[in-house]
Amino acid sequence: MFSTRRITRRRGAALTAVAASAALLLTACGGDGEEAGGGGGGGGEGGGEAAAITFLPKNLGNPYFDTSNAGGQEAVEELGGTFSEVGPTEASPTSQVSFIETAAQQGVDALVVSANDPEAICDALNEARGVGVKVVTFDSDTNPDCRDLFINQATAEGIAKVQVDLITEQIGDEGQIAILSASANATNQNAWIELMQAELETNHPNVELVEIAYGDDDDQRSFDQTAALLQTYPDLKGIVSPTTVGIAAAARYLSTSEYQGQVALTGLGTPNQMREYVKDGTVEAFALWNPADLGYLAAYAANALATGEISGEAGDTFEAGRLGSFEVGDDASVLLGDPFVFDAENIDDFDF
Amino acid sequence: MTTATARTERVARTYVTHGRPLWRRVLVTRETAIIALLVAVVAVSVTAVPNFDSPLTVTFLLREIAPILLIALPMTLIIVTEEIDLSVASVVGLASVVTGLCVQAGWPFPAAMALAVAVGTVAGMINGALVTFVGLPSLAVTIGTLALFRGIAVGLLGTTAITDFPETWTALARTNIPGTPVPVVMIVFALLAVVFAVLLHFTPFGRSLYAIGLNKEAAAFSGINVGMTKFWLFVMSGTVAGFAGVYFTLLYNNARGDNATGMELQIIAAVLLGGVSIFGGRGALHGVIAGVLLIGTLGSALRLAGVTSDIINVLTGVLLIGSVVSASLLTWLHRKRVAAVGQRRGRAAAASAGS
Repeated sequence: MFSTRRITRRRGAALTAVAASAALLLTACGGDGEEAGGGGGGGGEGGGEAAAITFLPKNLGNPYFDTSNAGGQEAVEELGGTFSEVGPTEASPTSQVSFIETAAQQGVDALVVSANDPEAICDALNEARGVGVKVVTFDSDTNPDCRDLFINQATAEGIAKVQVDLITEQIGDEGQIAILSASANATNQNAWIELMQAELETNHPNVELVEIAYGDDDDQRSFDQTAALLQTYPDLKGIVSPTTVGIAAAARYLSTSEYQGQVALTGLGTPNQMREYVKDGTVEAFALWNPADLGYLAAYAANALATGEISGEAGDTFEAGRLGSFEVGDDASVLLGDPFVFDAENIDDFDF
Repeated sequence: MTTATARTERVARTYVTHGRPLWRRVLVTRETAIIALLVAVVAVSVTAVPNFDSPLTVTFLLREIAPILLIALPMTLIIVTEEIDLSVASVVGLASVVTGLCVQAGWPFPAAMALAVAVGTVAGMINGALVTFVGLPSLAVTIGTLALFRGIAVGLLGTTAITDFPETWTALARTNIPGTPVPVVMIVFALLAVVFAVLLHFTPFGRSLYAIGLNKEAAAFSGINVGMTKFWLFVMSGTVAGFAGVYFTLLYNNARGDNATGMELQIIAAVLLGGVSIFGGRGALHGVIAGVLLIGTLGSALRLAGVTSDIINVLTGVLLIGSVVSASLLTWLHRKRVAAVGQRRGRAAAASAGS
């Protein structure tokens, strides 16, 4: 009697333990399993004209990086090289290291990385460079000592200017506007807002910025702040939200309110979040960079480094297919260009 | 059926020292199966996967699995006594943060390292005290401390990272033993492996762990101090995890609260794959080391072959479940066979008695 009960309990506990470890092992692979490509290993042995280029995004199964990798693949195919895409399923700081090491072992010609952490992957990248792999970062840079080039998606000036241009154009260059930002101490947003204020003062004297509201990058709070802005300022003509959470929440509020089409809304957003609001007329146009172009440019830059066309010094120039010619700037970085404006015409070309 | 013949039979009986011959005891074991599988995986990878045979593979592989190898040693001892320590990865994270904070505060690195290892030891003492003196099940205790230690680690450093470590020490974590592709941390591992192997397999203390794992009550009645034995095992586990945390920090040049998140499961998976029974009382260190190497090699080879990490995780999971299920299945088959033989003997005896 006792012994049977004991055995059942122990077996139960053991089964639970095994099931738990298996379940956790499997959940460790989190992501929603969109293995785009994967490629056939891309085992080019260095040199030669067809460069083997590996893309390592922050994580796989992320629509933003699926788009940028598709751009990279397009470029590598135009160049006649070998494209492959690898990456961790979760964007943790050290999870990229083993993939960098694998690329070094394979002896790929170039590695294009979006860094999860500016320092944690530094030594691994330098080791890869030590065996002849060219390293290009895009989207998120590492410490400049650990890569050959950084492809910068946009400058703060460019981001500020495009948003001011969009809102002033939509409201006819006069009247009250407000900004719906992330948190009050968000570094990026504050830098952009400062530049936007300067741009408004110098070039748009008839536009008055009445308030900067903070939605803390929280959907509900941004939604409430939008409502408060519209009630406080009955003559408000436009809202700029330089954060993807803010613009989506503001659009959701406007689309169901009497202000739809009356109050203009623009800022930084992603096409998938904003599609329905662009189609129903709540939002005319908004900005962000084009991740496909970013990946495309990164692939061309990586190829130019791998073939020895450029060395990554400031002043080097290279051709990047349909995007034209680019020059390497300070800190070995290359600027993609002005932010990309999404509107009803082009939004269906994007899925991220 | 005279009593005389029965007596002569009894006198003539000899007892064999082991139930099975030596070759079967050595070759037909979980450990040998895992080692054979490891050899097979290496052989296939060397021939079929391009670039697998480069010395870089050995360096990268050993460097990456070193923390798992290190912590798997005390973990084996703990699981043999039918306990578990789920908090090890959180101790790695905590030790990493402590190392970072001390270095940031201007301490010399050896002092920072000593404090981090000491913090690991204290963490192990907390686990051990809760299990031994409060008498709670280790599964519950270490799930609690998993969250607790991780919480402290993240709380101490927030979401920032400390990345400024002395060059000489980070270089040491990445250098190889001169003339070989083997990282120097493997020397530490080799020493610890010898210590733990001797402790587990060649000392009365080690034998007492198997006794505890098989039957706590019997072990206690035969004079083993079950509570204190477990306490010291958790202390060892914490100390080794603390050291692994320092190594992890140096290897990635990065102290963060979320370092090594989820590593406890990789460690436990490898230990179970290596033939240690989760029921306690069975397992050997060479199997565990082979288990860690098997999971690491498989991952490395598949990554080189361009397999995505989802698939690698699925394969590792299947391998683990397969090995546990096959072990249970074999035990069940063995029992059935023994039972069948017993019944046949019983029937034969009954028949001869009846005639």
